[in-house]
Amino acid sequence: MKPILLAGAFAASMLAAPPIVIQNATILTITKGTLNSGSILIRDGKIAEVGEQVNVPSDAMVVDASGKFVMPGIIDCHSHIAADSINEGSVSVSAMVGIQDVLNPEDISIYRALAGGVTTANVLHGSANAIGGKCTVMKMRWGKDAHDMIFEGAMPGIKFALGENPKRAGNPTGQRVGAANVPARYPATRMGVEDVIREAFTEAKAYQQAWKDYNERVARGEQALAPRRDLKLEPLVEVLEGKRLVHAHCYRADEILMLLRVADEFGFKIRTLQHVLEGYKVAKEIAEHGAGASTFSDWWAFKIEAYDAIPYNAAIMVRKGVLVSLNSDSAELMRHLNDEAAKTMKYGGLSETEALSLITINPAKQLMIDNRVGSIEAGKDADLAIFDKHPLSNFSKVEKVYIDGQLYFDRDHDLAERPVHDTEKKKLLDKEKEQQRRPAPGAARRPAE
Amino acid sequence: MKLLSILLLVAGALFAGAPTTIAIHNARVIPVSGTVIPRGNVILRNGLIEAVGADVAVPADAWVIEGDGLTVYPGLIDALSTFGIPDAAPAMASGGGRGGVPAQQPQPGPVTLATGNAPARGPEDRPYTTSWVRAADLVRPSDRRIESARAEGFTTAVTFPPRGIFAGQGAVVNLAGEKPGDMVVVDDAGQYITFITSPGFGGGFPNSLMGVIAYVRQVYLDAEHYRLAKQFYNAHARGTQRPEYDRALEGVLDSPRVLLPATRRIDVDRLLRFADEMHLKALLYGLPEGYRSADLLKKANSAALVSLRWPEKVRDSDPDEIDPLNVLELRDQAPSTPAMLAKNGVKFALYSGGIDRRTDLIRAVRRSLDAGLSADDALRAMTLSVAEIYGVADRLGSIERGKIANLVVTKGDLFQDRTEVKYVFVDGVKFEPVEEPLPPGVRPDGIPGPTGDIPRGGNQ
Repeated sequence: MKPILLAGAFAASMLAAPPIVIQNATILTITKGTLNSGSILIRDGKIAEVGEQVNVPSDAMVVDASGKFVMPGIIDCHSHIAADSINEGSVSVSAMVGIQDVLNPEDISIYRALAGGVTTANVLHGSANAIGGKCTVMKMRWGKDAHDMIFEGAMPGIKFALGENPKRAGNPTGQRVGAANVPARYPATRMGVEDVIREAFTEAKAYQQAWKDYNERVARGEQALAPRRDLKLEPLVEVLEGKRLVHAHCYRADEILMLLRVADEFGFKIRTLQHVLEGYKVAKEIAEHGAGASTFSDWWAFKIEAYDAIPYNAAIMVRKGVLVSLNSDSAELMRHLNDEAAKTMKYGGLSETEALSLITINPAKQLMIDNRVGSIEAGKDADLAIFDKHPLSNFSKVEKVYIDGQLYFDRDHDLAERPVHDTEKKKLLDKEKEQQRRPAPGAARRPAE
Repeated sequence: MKLLSILLLVAGALFAGAPTTIAIHNARVIPVSGTVIPRGNVILRNGLIEAVGADVAVPADAWVIEGDGLTVYPGLIDALSTFGIPDAAPAMASGGGRGGVPAQQPQPGPVTLATGNAPARGPEDRPYTTSWVRAADLVRPSDRRIESARAEGFTTAVTFPPRGIFAGQGAVVNLAGEKPGDMVVVDDAGQYITFITSPGFGGGFPNSLMGVIAYVRQVYLDAEHYRLAKQFYNAHARGTQRPEYDRALEGVLDSPRVLLPATRRIDVDRLLRFADEMHLKALLYGLPEGYRSADLLKKANSAALVSLRWPEKVRDSDPDEIDPLNVLELRDQAPSTPAMLAKNGVKFALYSGGIDRRTDLIRAVRRSLDAGLSADDALRAMTLSVAEIYGVADRLGSIERGKIANLVVTKGDLFQDRTEVKYVFVDGVKFEPVEEPLPPGVRPDGIPGPTGDIPRGGNQ
């Protein structure tokens, strides 16, 4: 029971921790420049002070970080870790489902993401349908229960998807599809994807109106029966009312423009375009709509619609005024987003700070949590990653990760724990082998009775 | 046909010929509700316990069973079962899921949809829902598993329709009777929910765990709306369109509690929060990881049904594949769940999980005893606690005056492997159990454990 959560228990033991001072580090604040030899005072889970010199309370735990680099905890705007299911792909609009219902706080990918300096992630529904399920923004508070992992107060989101994935389950002829010979699901074309979104929002507007009418009747003192609550349409009404962020999976320029037009027509905003590999072609239009873009540095060609991609995509969109982030969409890629950010310096000439912004303050802004995280500033959450070298170097390693001022990952501790885990595992394996050698009690006797 | 009627007549005559008053004389009596009576009498009359005690007189008209060397226990109650429902399809994946986590990969079975066989397009099509089906209407005394269940010491089962997300309403049934109606003690034991999903993207809604949870949430919202709509209609029938009759929602509204599957601690956490959100009276079942979930159950003041089918290593698995540490721990510690729940003051019951041989049942119970559960707590978890959890402690679960005469009489301690079950009484009728292996081709069946392996979708 314990070993799997040792790191968590370790973190929990820091709960009543005194103030922490991280000293003598190179501090990459992202928004306030870089301090070559600075210190950070953490109190009550928040960054209390940042500067060349900070107050060192007498009860403070001092962490000497000479020669180390401190950056804000990395934020991944597109992840699928920590969930027991990802796609409700049976229907074209699955807005009734949500990741929060299936958050798995014991997914080892959380701990591994921590080891890559990630402290916050946007956990998205998959891209099997035009309108997918609700998303959850979480912090990697390894060892806590699901509820305590949720980024409290973060604006809720929803997944949309365009192109090949949502139309793959369809068949233009209406016949059954695939090796499994399953019934086709509408839509089968990009036109159909647009239609599904339009139809859903038309329905949502009618639903919104039904509730308005009901509330007016009640206000007038009339007796009325409330409309049936519809879990599929409620999130779409929230999108219309600006209370839920749309994160739309897309690749091609034409469908990006389609979605922006549909959103404009129905009066809602696309908060982020995800993947958006052809974003460089329509960066101006994306910026005009006010959408953010969350892309890969150099991951493409895994399907036809992902071929016309270039490594300059992120940099071009930045230069055109789009709010850009780099995401992982992968439990593995998630562990080295700092490397991904570095590539934008080579391809597109972003500055160090611009590059690091793509995995810190920019995704924070996209998720509207930049008042809490994304940079090292007094008043923000103490979500910090300490690297042994500059995080934009391939050779850097994460040494410590703090979330809310609590230590959730410590490389030295991890290394020290490995033999303990191995011993525990061997003990259990031996015990099980021993039990299997013994005959089952009663098994041989039974027929005699 | 004629032969059948004659057989039935004979059977009826046999029952009619059974003595209505029985006295078990000078036996050790374990009432569960009170202190052990080292040497006492139990008087059964007309299917009820008329008297119990050390000094109770044996009535003149009683058929006397000499109890020297015998121990009398309340009949065991299987807290989650399909006993009594013939042809309850095998819902148990053989040998557990990957890594020995008890998997629930039941066949989706007949899809019950308003739209016939077309895939469900959403909650409105009520996929995998037969909430209106009542176990009380399905039980048959002819179910051949009843005899083996009695041989295990079970006299009662809380039995449920086995298939579906909303599988149907359970019943508390006694495991004997001439007619189905004789068996039923309570016909509304609760709604049994399993988390099954349709296969692939073409199988219809829901095909993911979050889809199932969203579906269950929508159905409970719909049920509440339906209740209000009917209420509103009855108050303003004239001039109001009547609400459409919905048997799925009727079935949900008729259920006094809901049973939800929970394997891991994270399921316990998730479902207790869900029950709280939806104001459901929920009973979690399965609980192999209950040994590390006691704090959550305690905090929620929630009772739990623990399956005695402990997770096991997959048979004939790749010998080179070593299970991860958390799976090894689960297998090692699952049997300590009852002891941990008892220690933390969580009310719980044990259920057979479809185990239908006495040796296997005793072995499973003994594993929890070895892991720290007291024999008294184990007995209670299979008798009085079950009755309390289902609200039938006024009629079942202990040897007390006025309760239903369901007893197990053994030679030796109930949970000892070598102990012989001498008699089983159901509604005051005596059976001498013979444990027979099932004929070839007939599969023992049981209630599945909760979800284990959960399919993960793709990304990008």
